[in-house]
Amino acid sequence: MTNSIDDLEKAGCILVIGSNTTEGHPIVGLRIKRAVMKNDCKLIVAEPRHIRLCYYADQWIRHRPGTDVALLNGMMNVILAEGLADEEFIRERTEGFEEFRKVVEQYTPERAAEICGVEAEEIRRAARTFAGAPSAAIVYAMGITQHTTGVDNVLSLANLAMLTGNLGKEGAGVNPLRGQNNVQGACDMGALPNVLTGYQPVSDPQAREKFEKAWRVDYLPGNPGLTIMEMVDAALRGEVRVLYIMGENPLLSDPDIRHLREALEKVDFLVVQDIFLTETARYADVVLPAASFAEKEGTFTNTDRRVQRVRKAVEPPGEAREDSWIIAQVASRLGYDMGDVSAPAVMEEIASLTPSYAGISYRRLEELGELRWPCPSPDHPGTPILHVDKFTRGKGKFSPVEYKTPAEEPDSEYPLVLTTGRLLTHYHTGSMTRRVKPLDELVPENRAWINPADAERLGVAADQEVAVESRRGAIKVKARITEKVPPGVVFIPFHFGESPANALTNPALDPVAKIPEYKVAAVRIVTGKAMEGLEYVTA
Amino acid sequence: MEQVRLNIDGVDVVTTPDRTILEAAREAGIRIPSLCYDRRMEPYGACRICIVEVEGARGLLPACATRVTDGMVVRTDTEELRRIRRTIIELLLSDHPRDCMTCESAGNCELQDLAYEYGVKETRFPGEEHHYEVLADNPLIERDYDKCVLCGRCIRICREVQGVGVYDFVNRGFEAVPGTPYNRPLTETPCEFCGQCVSTCPTGAIISIPSKGKGRPWQVEKVRTTCPYCGCGCQIDLHVRDGEIIEVSSPVMVGPGEGNLCVKGRYGYSFVHHPDRLTTPLIRKDGELVPATWEEALGMVADRISKALDDKGPDAVAFLSSARCTNEENYLLQKLARAVVGTNNVDHCARL
Amino acid sequence: MSGNGRTKLVLGYGTCGIAAGAAAVKEALEREVSAGGYDLELDIAGCMGFCFREPIVEVFYPDGRSVVYGDLTPKKVPQLLQAAAAGEVLEEWVVRRSDDPTAGEGDFLANQHRIVLRNCGRLNPESIDEYIARGGYEAARKALTTMTPEEIIDEVSKSGLRGRGGAGFPTGTKWGFARRAKGDQKYLVCNADEGDPGAFMDRSVLEGDPHAVIEGMIIAGYAIGATQGYIYCRAEYPLALKRLDIAIAACRERGFLGEGIFGTDWNFDIKIKKGAGAFVCGEETALIASIEGKRGMPRPRPPFPANEGLWGKPTNINNVETLAAVPWIIAHGGEKYAELGTEKSKGTKVFCLAGKVRRSGLAEVPMGYTLRQVIFDVGGGVREGKEFKAVQLGGPSGGCLPASLLDTPVDYEAITATGAIMGSGGMIVADSSTCMVDLARYFLSFTQAESCGKCVPCRLGTKRMLEILTRICEGEGEPEDLERLEVLAADIKAASLCALGGTAPNPVLTTLKYFRNEYEDHIFHHKCTAGVCPALITVKINRDLCTGCGACAKICPVEAITGEKKEPHSIDPDTCIRCKLCLSRCPEEAIYAE
Repeated sequence: MTNSIDDLEKAGCILVIGSNTTEGHPIVGLRIKRAVMKNDCKLIVAEPRHIRLCYYADQWIRHRPGTDVALLNGMMNVILAEGLADEEFIRERTEGFEEFRKVVEQYTPERAAEICGVEAEEIRRAARTFAGAPSAAIVYAMGITQHTTGVDNVLSLANLAMLTGNLGKEGAGVNPLRGQNNVQGACDMGALPNVLTGYQPVSDPQAREKFEKAWRVDYLPGNPGLTIMEMVDAALRGEVRVLYIMGENPLLSDPDIRHLREALEKVDFLVVQDIFLTETARYADVVLPAASFAEKEGTFTNTDRRVQRVRKAVEPPGEAREDSWIIAQVASRLGYDMGDVSAPAVMEEIASLTPSYAGISYRRLEELGELRWPCPSPDHPGTPILHVDKFTRGKGKFSPVEYKTPAEEPDSEYPLVLTTGRLLTHYHTGSMTRRVKPLDELVPENRAWINPADAERLGVAADQEVAVESRRGAIKVKARITEKVPPGVVFIPFHFGESPANALTNPALDPVAKIPEYKVAAVRIVTGKAMEGLEYVTA
Repeated sequence: MEQVRLNIDGVDVVTTPDRTILEAAREAGIRIPSLCYDRRMEPYGACRICIVEVEGARGLLPACATRVTDGMVVRTDTEELRRIRRTIIELLLSDHPRDCMTCESAGNCELQDLAYEYGVKETRFPGEEHHYEVLADNPLIERDYDKCVLCGRCIRICREVQGVGVYDFVNRGFEAVPGTPYNRPLTETPCEFCGQCVSTCPTGAIISIPSKGKGRPWQVEKVRTTCPYCGCGCQIDLHVRDGEIIEVSSPVMVGPGEGNLCVKGRYGYSFVHHPDRLTTPLIRKDGELVPATWEEALGMVADRISKALDDKGPDAVAFLSSARCTNEENYLLQKLARAVVGTNNVDHCARL
Repeated sequence: MSGNGRTKLVLGYGTCGIAAGAAAVKEALEREVSAGGYDLELDIAGCMGFCFREPIVEVFYPDGRSVVYGDLTPKKVPQLLQAAAAGEVLEEWVVRRSDDPTAGEGDFLANQHRIVLRNCGRLNPESIDEYIARGGYEAARKALTTMTPEEIIDEVSKSGLRGRGGAGFPTGTKWGFARRAKGDQKYLVCNADEGDPGAFMDRSVLEGDPHAVIEGMIIAGYAIGATQGYIYCRAEYPLALKRLDIAIAACRERGFLGEGIFGTDWNFDIKIKKGAGAFVCGEETALIASIEGKRGMPRPRPPFPANEGLWGKPTNINNVETLAAVPWIIAHGGEKYAELGTEKSKGTKVFCLAGKVRRSGLAEVPMGYTLRQVIFDVGGGVREGKEFKAVQLGGPSGGCLPASLLDTPVDYEAITATGAIMGSGGMIVADSSTCMVDLARYFLSFTQAESCGKCVPCRLGTKRMLEILTRICEGEGEPEDLERLEVLAADIKAASLCALGGTAPNPVLTTLKYFRNEYEDHIFHHKCTAGVCPALITVKINRDLCTGCGACAKICPVEAITGEKKEPHSIDPDTCIRCKLCLSRCPEEAIYAE
């Protein structure tokens, strides 16, 4: 997030797009609701599903899944046409405006409305509300990023924020909500194939040299490694022989389960280090029992870049050990001594190698409770708002973005759009929440959400078991008939191994970010006798 | 902001005009007892426990709902105030079960604290008492309105903070009581099971079912940590008794959640003690995963990585790190990949 | 009301009249006039104040005289019409004659000074023309076209008008607060949530002269800067609501409400919000919550509605009677109004006489009149010649005053000093057959049931007080109960959130103060002197008086009365439930309770 969670309450307008905030990020959702209830913030929700925030919204735009760029370009077209842009901000702080303008001018509200399946007036109204607010914040989540056009979507949001001068100030910003407790931290720590800690590129010789020195190694590779989806393909090609998975359950979380399972079977050696024998761990050659969050010391970095402490409350069960111990043991058996891997010592090492974490230490965290990066020195208070005076790259760059259709669109064979997501009660692959009895009692099984019009056409009744099938597989799931999904769209949460939504999803990737298109896949619903012939995927 | 000077119990206090008497007093270390007050919500002024004397004011004022003004002279602990507070406590106890022995909230009950502080053993005003049915219509939240003091905190936190509004008072006078629309079970209301109502209830009227009978406040150690679920990063306190987490709470006004939690944050902890937890390394032998020693397992991992390195080079090994592990662990894993194995094949599920 | 040379009959058609049978009389009048071919004009009016003689018809003769007749029935209508057509007066039915103020019940009106009630019973409340004909809307026109808001507030301040809803806060000062409060939108609310048992002055004004209230609101709205007004009126007042609807529609049609009223650039309109009848919604903040669609519960003040009221905006709330006085004050000047009354309480106050008073009805008197004047000179004293015992002033929030305080003047401060309150102006008269403990219990049962339940002292304190009073009435009072009552009463008064709780103990405190002996009789001697509390009385038959007619035995629901025909009867005390039905039935008054 460029701004902080607290800062959202200062916004005059919030655009929530591609985020079911009250379920995916309940506490951020709570802050948005409070901004509306207490501070008269105008809330615009752009979302195909009727989510709870719609009840608080000034305006709900129900655009078709995968048409975000068209919608945003349409809004920006109105802002330009009606002279609502922040000229000064554009002049002083940005570049590339003219090329951008040329593209946006093509997206009249009428044309955008046509693509999005909404009224042109809705786009105009949203544009005026957003641009007219003294400060306007954008909040988004995986509904924006999990598309083959994920990067385009994000660039469009950045365009909108720059166009209206809503960066680098209070109550504004472009605010992605990270889906898991420490996605932000894992990225910050260089658990990415192309960067070291603090986003120092592996391709940068100077950065490598610094790390080589600190890590006492002669050589660090400078070519970017494989992303998760590329690893799967490389494994199938026999290029990746050993796969070491720590605390992940890709078999349930990754698109196209069947494809992934083949890869897991194909690798020579699979190590899974986890707290449960997850769906993925069942394929492992070695399973290493790890400590849970409550059994170790450490830090998480949350979605607004807040580094906070994790503290040990109980002992790990049996012989389960902290991940840090396990990693150090593996390293030592490979001839490398990691030295003191206690959490404070590791943080000290991180701080010494990572400019944005340089001022973070356990001593300070004990004292302050939290520190927000960039925190470049031990006396720095942390940074609640990014890009206040200038962007990381100097000037903010407008990107001309054209609308592109999703990789797989509904057709006569697979006429419905599948979109996936989360429920409030469950978390990710359910390995934790589905083992919490009261939570599992509240929501014990999966449902495919189907619009009443589709249900009637298909002859599907509430709670009837149906098959949902895509080009990649089929699952059995009960139907929930609800207006919350628009006609033509089926929503299935991905928490449930017995009816895994990701058996159906499309592994098509965004060309830049390599993020799969979870939010749009073509499916069909099969009922009755026809269900018998299908082969069902479970995780 | 401009400053306001006032005098509370003879102590000169300087504060800002947006403060209430209660807040100003607490900042100055003067404790005014209260019952319906919770700083997360707008002042309510219902319990009347926090009434104080303000010179020049007509009648007594609720400290929680009265803003400070310059030159205010406040007395918080006069004989009259103590007498009235005592009457109020006795009235509350006259319609409240005296079952502190088994009450889930004993030791964490603001009514109990008040009775203790004011030495109220029994009430001078016995009379009709309510006997409502205990409502346990869901797996998480139990409501026993016999213990309700009608402070309205559950109603207000649900409406003002959570923005949901599952509860409101029904009926009037002595029969007034919180309820759901048409007294439906919580599972049939828009309830999000965040447990905010549990967190604010000053008595045992609303309790968490999973924590029932698991331990008293003085038997637990609270460990402050960060919630392991979504990216909000709420600060939570794990309540630990004899090596078991029995409850989760959130410190008020601390961290991104400011003391508010969602259903996962508050109730999603028992997986830690689930019998499915892995307690020993496993090695696949003859197609089956069987228990092994750390020595065997780690040795095998190192061997197979070395072998792949020898056969195909470092890029034949790939690591998936974890968005659920700590920064330090992620750092160490990428260090393992890069420094030890020599590959940049490290990623995690940021995209998923 | 007369005019075009025809004799006109005006039927009192307020709720009190209708309840007494005015609808049937109206039907008879219409039928007989057309059947008899009379050249008579028929009209209706609101309550004239003679509630004790309803249904009432006032006959206006072409020569300017008028005669009020009471206790009408459909059967009496032909005779009435004949007399009216002939210009004759039916002496035995006369309630009041304009040419002889002492005739009938004439002194009921003669001893009043009517400002708020100036039009009540004098015009058809459903006709804006009649209101205009009596000078209506001239005050509003004058205010909006010739006065600044500050001048209006000055004039109201000069009048000394104080809030007639009960608290008596100076109206001009209140308007000044709202005027000075900062806000892009301000609201004016007319509090018509009249809820005291025995109070009906607001209803009578709304039914009898709705335009006076609307005109007052137009002036008040302009003075404080509110463009939107609300009338919060309980749904149990359907006639008042209907007449308000008619009046508001007529005002909009005439351009008195809406945009650019009286040709100025000032906009003002009024919405009606029906209340569901919760007593507490008469409290300002609860009323606001109710208009906002929330449960009617008060909140602590400050912030006062003048700064943060309806929808969080500056809001001024005035009672019906207060607003109805405003047009008169603007028309006649504040000083004229202030000529009436006492040093601190100016003008007039409307009282509702009820209970054991001979003339129950509406009495508007200048402030400073004594209670004795109101009850005896206007009200005609106690019914059936019984002895005056007490008067409950100010409804359930008020206090019960004994005969020794009858010379207390009607004045906010003087009444408060007795332990009662002026309140909205209910006066319930008690005679020797009223048990003061039972009376206190009755009022407390009302406030207890109407407590919103929010604050502890009111919710639980009044409940416990009621339980104590109930057990005293049932003969189970304990010696400590008097102290318990006093402790609770004092603490409830001191600690309650709103005036409902803050005043609820008043009936108990004043009866404890002035009639303590009755409590002691109940507790220590198991005796209810007034013969009211069933558990403490025995119903007996005076054998000397009983003629053995058997009427009592017939009506007794538990067959406790036996006796041979024409022989004195007797009551079995173990079976008797002390319902006292027999008392009222006995033609010889031989049955008594002790």
